[in-house]
Amino acid sequence: MSTATSSFLSVRDLKVHFPTADGIVKATDGLSFDLEKGKTLGIVGESGSGKSVSSSAILGLHRGSSAQISGEILLDGVDLLQVSDEEMRRRRGLDVSMIFQDPLSAMHPYYTVGNQLMEAYRVHNNVSKKAARVRAIEMLERVGIPQPDRRVDDYPHQFSGGMRQRAMIAMGLINNPGLLIADEPTTALDVTVQAQILDLLQDLQREFDSAIIIITHDLGVVAEMADDVLVMYAGKAVEYGPTKDILVRPEMPYTWGLLSSVPDVAADTSSKLVPIPGNPPSLLNPPTGCAFHPRCPHVAKVPGDLCRTVQPDLVTGRQGLGHLKRCHLADPDTVYANEVLPEFDPVLADELADELTAADSNEKGLQ
Amino acid sequence: MTTDELTDRGAGSALTEAKPILRVEDLKMYFPVKSSGLMRRTIGHVQAVDGVSFQVNAGASLGLVGESGCGKSTTGRLITRLYKPTGGSIDFDGRDIAKLSENDLHPLRRDVQMIFQDPYTSLNPRHTVGSIIGAPLAIHKVVPKNKILSRVQELLEVVGLNPEHYNRYPHEFSGGQRQRIGIARALTLQPKLLVADEPVSALDVSIQAQVINLLQDLQKEFGIAFLFIAHDLAVVRHFCPEIAVMYLGKIVEIADRDTLYQRPHHPYTQALLSAVPDVKQAKVGGRRERIRLEGDVPSPINPPSGCRFRTRCPIAQDICARVEPPLLQVGPTHKVACHFPGEMGKHPEKPITPRLLGVDDSGSADLAAGPATELPTGPGYSDTWFDLKNNTMGKA
Amino acid sequence: MLAYVIRRIFIGVIMLLVMSLVTFVLFFASPVDPAQFACGKNCSPELREQARKSLGYPPRNQGVWESNIKGPANMWADFTKGIVAGRDFPADKEMREAAPQNVVHCSAPCLGYSQYSVKTVNTMVSAAFPITFSIALAAVILWVLFGVLIGVLAAVTKGSFIDRGIVGLSLFAYAFPAFFIGTFLLRYVAIKWGLVSVPSYTPIASGGPAKWAFNLMLPAITLALLYMASYVRMTRAFVLESLTEDYVRTARAKGVSGRVVLFKHALRAALTPLVTMAGLDFASVLGGAIITESIFNFNGLGKLAVSANNNYDLPVMIGIVLMAGAFVILANIIVDILYAFIDPRVRVG
Repeated sequence: MSTATSSFLSVRDLKVHFPTADGIVKATDGLSFDLEKGKTLGIVGESGSGKSVSSSAILGLHRGSSAQISGEILLDGVDLLQVSDEEMRRRRGLDVSMIFQDPLSAMHPYYTVGNQLMEAYRVHNNVSKKAARVRAIEMLERVGIPQPDRRVDDYPHQFSGGMRQRAMIAMGLINNPGLLIADEPTTALDVTVQAQILDLLQDLQREFDSAIIIITHDLGVVAEMADDVLVMYAGKAVEYGPTKDILVRPEMPYTWGLLSSVPDVAADTSSKLVPIPGNPPSLLNPPTGCAFHPRCPHVAKVPGDLCRTVQPDLVTGRQGLGHLKRCHLADPDTVYANEVLPEFDPVLADELADELTAADSNEKGLQ
Repeated sequence: MTTDELTDRGAGSALTEAKPILRVEDLKMYFPVKSSGLMRRTIGHVQAVDGVSFQVNAGASLGLVGESGCGKSTTGRLITRLYKPTGGSIDFDGRDIAKLSENDLHPLRRDVQMIFQDPYTSLNPRHTVGSIIGAPLAIHKVVPKNKILSRVQELLEVVGLNPEHYNRYPHEFSGGQRQRIGIARALTLQPKLLVADEPVSALDVSIQAQVINLLQDLQKEFGIAFLFIAHDLAVVRHFCPEIAVMYLGKIVEIADRDTLYQRPHHPYTQALLSAVPDVKQAKVGGRRERIRLEGDVPSPINPPSGCRFRTRCPIAQDICARVEPPLLQVGPTHKVACHFPGEMGKHPEKPITPRLLGVDDSGSADLAAGPATELPTGPGYSDTWFDLKNNTMGKA
Repeated sequence: MLAYVIRRIFIGVIMLLVMSLVTFVLFFASPVDPAQFACGKNCSPELREQARKSLGYPPRNQGVWESNIKGPANMWADFTKGIVAGRDFPADKEMREAAPQNVVHCSAPCLGYSQYSVKTVNTMVSAAFPITFSIALAAVILWVLFGVLIGVLAAVTKGSFIDRGIVGLSLFAYAFPAFFIGTFLLRYVAIKWGLVSVPSYTPIASGGPAKWAFNLMLPAITLALLYMASYVRMTRAFVLESLTEDYVRTARAKGVSGRVVLFKHALRAALTPLVTMAGLDFASVLGGAIITESIFNFNGLGKLAVSANNNYDLPVMIGIVLMAGAFVILANIIVDILYAFIDPRVRVG
């Protein structure tokens, strides 16, 4: 990760709080991350972890609601939280755009696909309807819709699920924005269609050099798409770093839980899934100390009452600068390799154990 | 004999020994499509399920996977007789239930229960959890009225909920807890078969594992047979020792899980498996090599001739458009419906089926090829199968 | 589409037939003898029987089958025939032959003949209908226009005191019965304060559109206020709902301005159910705005229905019931066709 100034997108201490009759819901509570052009950030978490709320904040979609937002969202050096409503509106869809989970409900049922694409183009470009239509057809063709000059006049319900999501992507990219936020873009789709859409997103990213934030609960999607991963829990980042580090040697028990609770198409079927016990926390009254401690099986390994009383900071993990984690555990690598991994993937556990001993003896050798 | 074959044998014996509780043969469900004309004639049929055969052994679980519109959910609803099948038989515990009337089905409803996908809409919001779970007991009069509550509490405990919460309403529970309530309701009458239609896909990942583990424990404890329907290949593989892959209303491949996931022989199964994003890819970086399927699933009203997958199949030839491939047994517990069955990248160049079907290699009727062989089409596995190495029917 | 419309009309006609049959049977199930009413004040048993014969009413006191079922059914059959082919009155053939100079021809679609008013029902209805239609048209324009506008205003200011004021006022208006609002407008606005002249219906043909509209103002407001209250609340609810739709979020994410999001994206979807409601409400008002017409003494279908009811004038009642029914059925069909234009998902192949 680089310093804030040189990043294309830099989010600093973002807080999105919703006042309700029962108190303040801290949907996002102090989130920071950076993203370069041409790179992809995966945000992972369960429902209510704040991942969608944070990305909506980047688009300024909470403006005009009761949400209290603070922090900084620097896009290309401009703090999006400071610009006027009108300025933010002009940037939406032009500098940053978004595609959503369910393309059927995300497109207006009464207007043709072409009409909706043209609208997205004409909002930001002073062109004739005819020119916008040409552009819409061009974009539909680019995202792989067959016979785009005919399908442009179809209504969303006449498209299949995969084609609708393609059309949504075409709409999101029609103004060639620098940042694309994809909120669960493939969750509503079948696997083979999901693969097509992910391929498309990667191709387009290469072509337009855009930065992509992909929000998902599917670690497999993250593994194949993202350069960096941000794991969110109860409105906060609990682990953040390069995808490879996070998914191969995670240091935070919540990330372990996510990995161990999902079966793998190649894993040993006799091993049991290791679920995360309990339920996601309330954002109204989050647990004291570490928000994850009521569900964490490793609380006992931390001396004293630390997990219950003190909220851990997001600090650099054992693997060096890029890998941040929010956890009190002193020796997460060993716990992961010896206790967590063997339960759901013994093969990987052995590999990692070997790696660790090798690294250990290396260190000793150097001394 | 290779080690692979040995493990096949091992898995196979486990699959074939037990007594089948459910035998489905040539099951069909056609939904009529009405014209918009004056008389509303039936102008076609959605062939949602078209000739599906399989069996589930007592206490075993069969997984049904496939993409939306492949007919897996319809199959589940046929087994529970929420629909009346257009054709075929459903032999449950020695009795064909495909054609039973609503009244005669009453006792069956005790033995076959269903778990639904959406824990938010499948529970009546105006009933307490106790009355939802207790309703089947009252309807089927299995326990006296004053014993219902204690049975309900017992069930709540079994599915890991607080038994004191019987008086609460569904909205007071989280998604995972509601799915547990749905499971408790399904367990109330101690069914012999549970049809689970996407039981975890509406839940958060961390909760999915809780529910899957619960279902596995229950299966072990009560010996319930499962028909597990899901689109998530990894979840199905984890839960079911035997899995059937459906495409456009037909089973294209059915096998024990090791064979199906490690050596799939149908190009669709291969494409499906290669499309699943893999967490382990993080180590390597980038995308996995995969078979890219072009286009969308064709309409089930007008399915393609011959093999239904041929329009998107990377290895399709002329014969695929002309003749429908039979679901041919190619191993002890492995059936595949393809003219060119083989492991990925090792599909035969010539179709293996012509001699069995009495056609030539391009699928035209061929007298020289001799008459079609009688192929076993029923559910279950026989001890003779088509040996792909020698291209003949062989025996174990 | 055409086949669909034809099928719907076909079903509608059958429903109308059933409706008229039920009305006939109900009418003769009552203990009152309608012939007595038709015969007037100085009635003798002979005159009454003559009236009965002339109207084609079934005989009294001949048992349930003859008087209450077969008789009305025969009468209904004659009536139905009259609608298709027209008929002559008196209904009894012998009476027509005895006094051919008194025969009244009622051409198709013949709704019957009112002995009480000595007119065919068609004449009476065609005199009353334009009045009711005018009131209904003016009212529907008022209530839809203002109902939707105020409803949208309430929705976009949700939670503010404007919204609360609108919601409260609409509840207030909704709670007032039409006769109160109508009487108030007539007694105070027109008579006591003299702000407008007391309205009396003036056809466009005789007074021009301005006078026509001016005279309709008070009755239309009376009728519209009642409906407007519920349209405000419905519009508010529908717009609020559609503002939470995913496609509205998409529109905002595209950078579309707030006004366009509201009117092009949110309101368009919210209007669909309102169109249905407005169509059906308009049709039901066409069947006669009884209270409004009575207060302002406009001789529309509503007033006609009331007087027919008081006089036991069966032919008029049947005629109005059928017309009202036909309006509702027709409105249903039109609304469904409109739906296909509004919502492309409804367009069937």
